[in-house]
Amino acid sequence: MEIVNDKGSLAKNQEYLNGSNGKKTSPFLKKILGKKNLGDVIFERLTLLFAVLVFLLVLFMGWEMYSNSLLSINKFGWKFLITTTWDPYSETFGALPMIFGTIVSSLLALIIAVPLGLSVAVFLSELAPAWLEKPFSFLTELLAAIPSVIYGLWGIFVLVPWLRNVVEPFLQKEFPNSPLFQGAPYGYDMLAAGVILSIMVLPIISSISRDVIKSVPDTLREAAYALGATKWEVTKIVFSNARSGILGAIILGFGRALGETMAVVMVIGNRPQITASILNPATTIAGTLANEFSEATSDLYLSAIIELGLILFVITIIINIFARLLVWGTERKWK
Amino acid sequence: MEMTSRTKKFTYYRRKATNVIMLSSSFFSAIITIIPLFLVFYYTVREGLRYLNIDFFTKLPTPIGEPGGGMVNAIVGTLILIGIGGGIGIPVGMLSGIYLSEFGKNKFGTLVRFLADVLSGIPSIVVGVVAYTLVVLPMKHFSALAGGVALAILMIPTITRTTEEMINLVPHSYREAALALGIPKWKTILFIVLKTAWKGIATGVLLGLARAAGETAPLLFTALGNRFWSTNIFRPIASLTVFIYEYSKAPFKDWNEQAWTAALVLIMLISIVSLVFRLITRSKY
Repeated sequence: MEIVNDKGSLAKNQEYLNGSNGKKTSPFLKKILGKKNLGDVIFERLTLLFAVLVFLLVLFMGWEMYSNSLLSINKFGWKFLITTTWDPYSETFGALPMIFGTIVSSLLALIIAVPLGLSVAVFLSELAPAWLEKPFSFLTELLAAIPSVIYGLWGIFVLVPWLRNVVEPFLQKEFPNSPLFQGAPYGYDMLAAGVILSIMVLPIISSISRDVIKSVPDTLREAAYALGATKWEVTKIVFSNARSGILGAIILGFGRALGETMAVVMVIGNRPQITASILNPATTIAGTLANEFSEATSDLYLSAIIELGLILFVITIIINIFARLLVWGTERKWK
Repeated sequence: MEMTSRTKKFTYYRRKATNVIMLSSSFFSAIITIIPLFLVFYYTVREGLRYLNIDFFTKLPTPIGEPGGGMVNAIVGTLILIGIGGGIGIPVGMLSGIYLSEFGKNKFGTLVRFLADVLSGIPSIVVGVVAYTLVVLPMKHFSALAGGVALAILMIPTITRTTEEMINLVPHSYREAALALGIPKWKTILFIVLKTAWKGIATGVLLGLARAAGETAPLLFTALGNRFWSTNIFRPIASLTVFIYEYSKAPFKDWNEQAWTAALVLIMLISIVSLVFRLITRSKY
């Protein structure tokens, strides 16, 4: 590097060459930095610090809830997971009705959302022309952007009355002996929670599986067309190649449904019970947290509620790790 | 011979028919999927317009039984909560995103990337519980700060991953050109790479903020809610979403109607902010 120098002293030039900003670098700093620029090292360390922060955040969340629910963990142990009574007055706490409600309402949501969501994904990735795909993708993503409390509001004043007056009487008339449809149809029940959850998880399932399907290379489609396959047959082949990623998308949707709070708590009826009928009120882990957290009076009560949060955290972490691995694996396979 | 040709023909038509049936059913599913979107919008606008007036934006909620009133405290409260959340979440998210894209092509980077994705799948109410144990328990009372912390944790994964993805889109030749001129790497990243990618990053940040504005669950036992005017971040604060929740459960008809109006205002708030941002980022082209 040659520095153009008309009148300045050679010493100043030398100084410039030695340090980065005209200052002399101390031998100690030089030893640490090597050939690196001081600013670079500080910048890299700084960003690293924040990356570590994100990493620690996940661990910290688990630890924080564990340490705050020790009271309940020590008192009830593993029995917490299989006890069916949740009674703040006698201070007996068992999470089974909440776990049951969480899983059943989410499965109900998947029963509705998976066929629809996958059809939408196929439509968007394989069938729709570009001018139709863009607005449709936008609309489905908008569906995901609506705050869940607004879904809940809509659920209370539109969906629940409709279920109570139209759908549930119809189900009871058509299947009078089915254990699934017993009880008085109030509208605030497991079915309402399942329906509203299905609307909310559909965009996740459809957009992630669309991306996965799109990552399947075109050569595969061209080969199938060349053999005379119809569009549907080509789609089936593409589908079977994107299988594990699509499974990942479904599991991610399941994870979202498990943790969804507001829309569910507003329509599910909030009663900690286990019944076969989906026309009965139920409750979920997230719903109990939302309802009872700020009312928890005793330490044990609060600790039991935080333990519910810990259970939800552990379940969703496991589900998310598994699903992300599936999605990442499929998308990388073709790159 | 004749049989086989007939079977062949049958197979051909059967395949054609399956094709048409399956493809059209996928089209109809797409239609069914967006019906709820229109229904939600339709009801929110129809019911929400009833109470949408100047009072709603300028007055405080009235005591039970008194008609009228507005939710100015909740609108301001929501903005304060997003402000606190963004103040914490944006720097953390952006800096960790920069790390991932510029220095994170190693095992630790992959791990952080993965955990950020996992973090985005953790239910918001669980994040609320953590903010409660972290801020409310030591301070011994509910506060806007606790709500802001919860929202910040919720924003971080979105901002981290968008920042990373947007920086990755910046062509490598830009960096090489800057480095060849003798500019240190950190200046290259801050003043060349980030400057090129800022529109994308801004969109990601905005997405994070909008999502945070719609969160209710983590606020229920952190920011709690407040029927009075308060801008103190160490005290409970009102928010539009918590108002929607409480007013929708209430047995008073005018509260229910105000819940719809709050929902409409929330949707408008989110769309106005994103529209303004989109216009700003577009005009620079």
